[in-house]
Amino acid sequence: MKAPTYAPVPTTSVDEVVLEARAAELGSRSIKTSSKRAALHLAIRCIDLTTLEGADTPGKVASLCRKAVRPDATNPAIPHVAAVCVYPEMVAHAAAAVTGTGVAVASVAGAFPSGLSDLDVRTDDIRSAVAEGADEIDIVLNRSAFLSGDLATVHDEVAASKDACGDAHLKVILEAGELGGYEPVRRASMLAMAAGADFIKTSTGKIPKAATPAMALCMAEAIREHAHQTGRAVGFKVAGGIRTAKQAWHYLVLMGETLGTDWLTPDLFRLGASSLLNDILLQLGKLDSGRYGGPDYVTVD
Amino acid sequence: MADQTPDFDLDYAPAPESTAVVHLADEYGLFIGGEFVAPRSGRTFDTINPATEERLATVSEGNADDVDLAVASAREAFEEHWRDTPGTVRARYLYRIARQLQERSREFAVLETMDGGKPIRESRDVDLPLVAAHFFHHAGWADKLEYAFPNRNVAPHGVVGQIVPWNFPMLMAAWKLAPALACGNTVVLKPAETTPLTALLMAEVLQDVGLPPGVVNIVTGAGDTGAALVEHPDVDKLAFTGSTGVGKQIQRSAAVRRLPLTLELGGKAANVVFEDAAIDQAIEGVINGIFFNQGHVCCAGSRLLVQESIAEGLIERLKERMTRLRVGDPLDKNTDVGAINSAEQLARITALVESGVEEGAVLHQAPCDLPGRGFWFAPSVFTGVQQSQRIAREEIFGPVLAVQTFRTPDEAVEKANNSPYGLSAGIWTEKGSKILWMAERLRAGVVWANTFNKFDATSPFGGYKESGFGREGGLQGLGAYVRDVEALEVGGGSL
Repeated sequence: MKAPTYAPVPTTSVDEVVLEARAAELGSRSIKTSSKRAALHLAIRCIDLTTLEGADTPGKVASLCRKAVRPDATNPAIPHVAAVCVYPEMVAHAAAAVTGTGVAVASVAGAFPSGLSDLDVRTDDIRSAVAEGADEIDIVLNRSAFLSGDLATVHDEVAASKDACGDAHLKVILEAGELGGYEPVRRASMLAMAAGADFIKTSTGKIPKAATPAMALCMAEAIREHAHQTGRAVGFKVAGGIRTAKQAWHYLVLMGETLGTDWLTPDLFRLGASSLLNDILLQLGKLDSGRYGGPDYVTVD
Repeated sequence: MADQTPDFDLDYAPAPESTAVVHLADEYGLFIGGEFVAPRSGRTFDTINPATEERLATVSEGNADDVDLAVASAREAFEEHWRDTPGTVRARYLYRIARQLQERSREFAVLETMDGGKPIRESRDVDLPLVAAHFFHHAGWADKLEYAFPNRNVAPHGVVGQIVPWNFPMLMAAWKLAPALACGNTVVLKPAETTPLTALLMAEVLQDVGLPPGVVNIVTGAGDTGAALVEHPDVDKLAFTGSTGVGKQIQRSAAVRRLPLTLELGGKAANVVFEDAAIDQAIEGVINGIFFNQGHVCCAGSRLLVQESIAEGLIERLKERMTRLRVGDPLDKNTDVGAINSAEQLARITALVESGVEEGAVLHQAPCDLPGRGFWFAPSVFTGVQQSQRIAREEIFGPVLAVQTFRTPDEAVEKANNSPYGLSAGIWTEKGSKILWMAERLRAGVVWANTFNKFDATSPFGGYKESGFGREGGLQGLGAYVRDVEALEVGGGSL
């Protein structure tokens, strides 16, 4: 596939007040009984179970992978997660652990989390992760170039990264909390999608400003506009600060009511998280037994 | 092992708000002189849940004798003590009412939804919080009227007759009661015949806070009851919210007697969307503007004026957004659009929509399964609407939007103002100077910029032209409940 060449991407403006009001309205949806169970199962299937620590070891990754494949050893009805998300160094270990299970391996790459190294270094990083077995690559947008107004560079780097991915899926992290408002987030979303991103993603999880429902709504609306313009369905990954089952189902509601049920699948929606999975398991346990088990009734991996 | 759980989709499982919190009496008298009394008329009527057509309670239908008793009770309370009650004391009652309403807000919200058909999400998140805010706001004024009206000697009117509509029963009652009491008036309130129950429940709150008997009297009934109140010779001021037709009759009656009057009547608001608007949010605003409370809103954005350059795309997205509206059981916490308030209103909406189709406009309705019982109307949008068609001129008071286009800001102003009404308008553009330019030219009492249907106790609300006169809320609204007097007339330190 030929890399797209940069052309200015028209972007509509975003009104903060109404955007946040709509996000809050969607956040007030009451998801009960059978819907809650269905939402929790879907949320698990959409999780990118993540460990991104300097202290990660093959042992830690193996433990995470086991959890990803069988989230609840006592209940085989619980589905596996979508992917494990690790640093490039850990990709080979993760790939070995999940091979044949249906769980994908996602790797951050491209000088994560700042993205500030030479483009060749970043694309080599991507190629190497893919060669080690990564199915999906999470890169960061070049915020330095974006904030200095060099949109062509941002675009071309995403396009080059997509090229380096080969068959692997490319997720582009906007690090929305650093872009200075909803309108730049919308612009960055449109830019990343035009440059070939398969997914756009809110945050690295490495800065205090985590994903918010309004930020997610802003990006989902950009995805909707891109789909209207091009017919191409780009996926969305929300990450950073998602710890509770309730947050997770509210993101599902937000996706469904903004983009339609087509997006309610791991192919087009991901939740990047680590502790979220255990809260979902606890909530499912409560639905089954009527009692809330508590933290010692789920495994800490 | 395959996951056997059904897929998560947008058919959410029912999430009904419990009605256990509401304890209705089987029959309600009239609230006169601090207690419920049997109507002298001997007549009653049933109030039903418009979502199920089930009877909720039997309510008294006051006649001229009952109104006379209520006015006499209000007169006595005014003369005997209320006009001499210090502002600090009146404030205390209003604060107590506000706090009680907050504490019982779920109960009131559920009852408002049961009796009127509006979604619980709205009665819970909009109506009741605003009701409490309105009492709190006016409690603050009650002992500070000399600062509200500096360099004036003002006194209360005396007995105020207030008639409120069925679309926001509690909120409209609060808009009327709070300033009247803050200024030292006594009140006879007539709720709408299809939604009398929250006002009657509020009578319980008035008793609980120890408001002296006769300060607020509530006479339920229909048009004849309202007419008796309007015609009563001992009423000193009238306030009415409702249809323009009835408003005109009331104005005729009040004019003969030179009675102070405020009218808040119909509307046909233009929601004007420019090509440089934040489009996704403008669509939310259009949706909120017309489908909030099933369009039973006098200030509803029932005419969408969209700049021709973006019209096609915007209408497509609007239709797409309409497919996500959740129409159904008003008590379900996920319902966006509830039941039409009455069979009569449903017939009126249906007739106007049929006229739109006959006149050649193109009707699009949201796909939704309407319940078998109760009164329902699918969210609707008309495109290809011409300024001369009835659906562009007349207030439908239902979930029906008429879409028209414009080319320039001048044309937008011309079309927006070309209406007998002038209650509200909306402007959607990211250009601040255009907002100001438009707001200066729109003849509407409320102009919202990049938002719609936002209310606040501090902000005056009211109309131009056939939308009425006088304001509610803010200092202007407060001012409707005092009159100027000679300094000597202010007796007993009432203000």
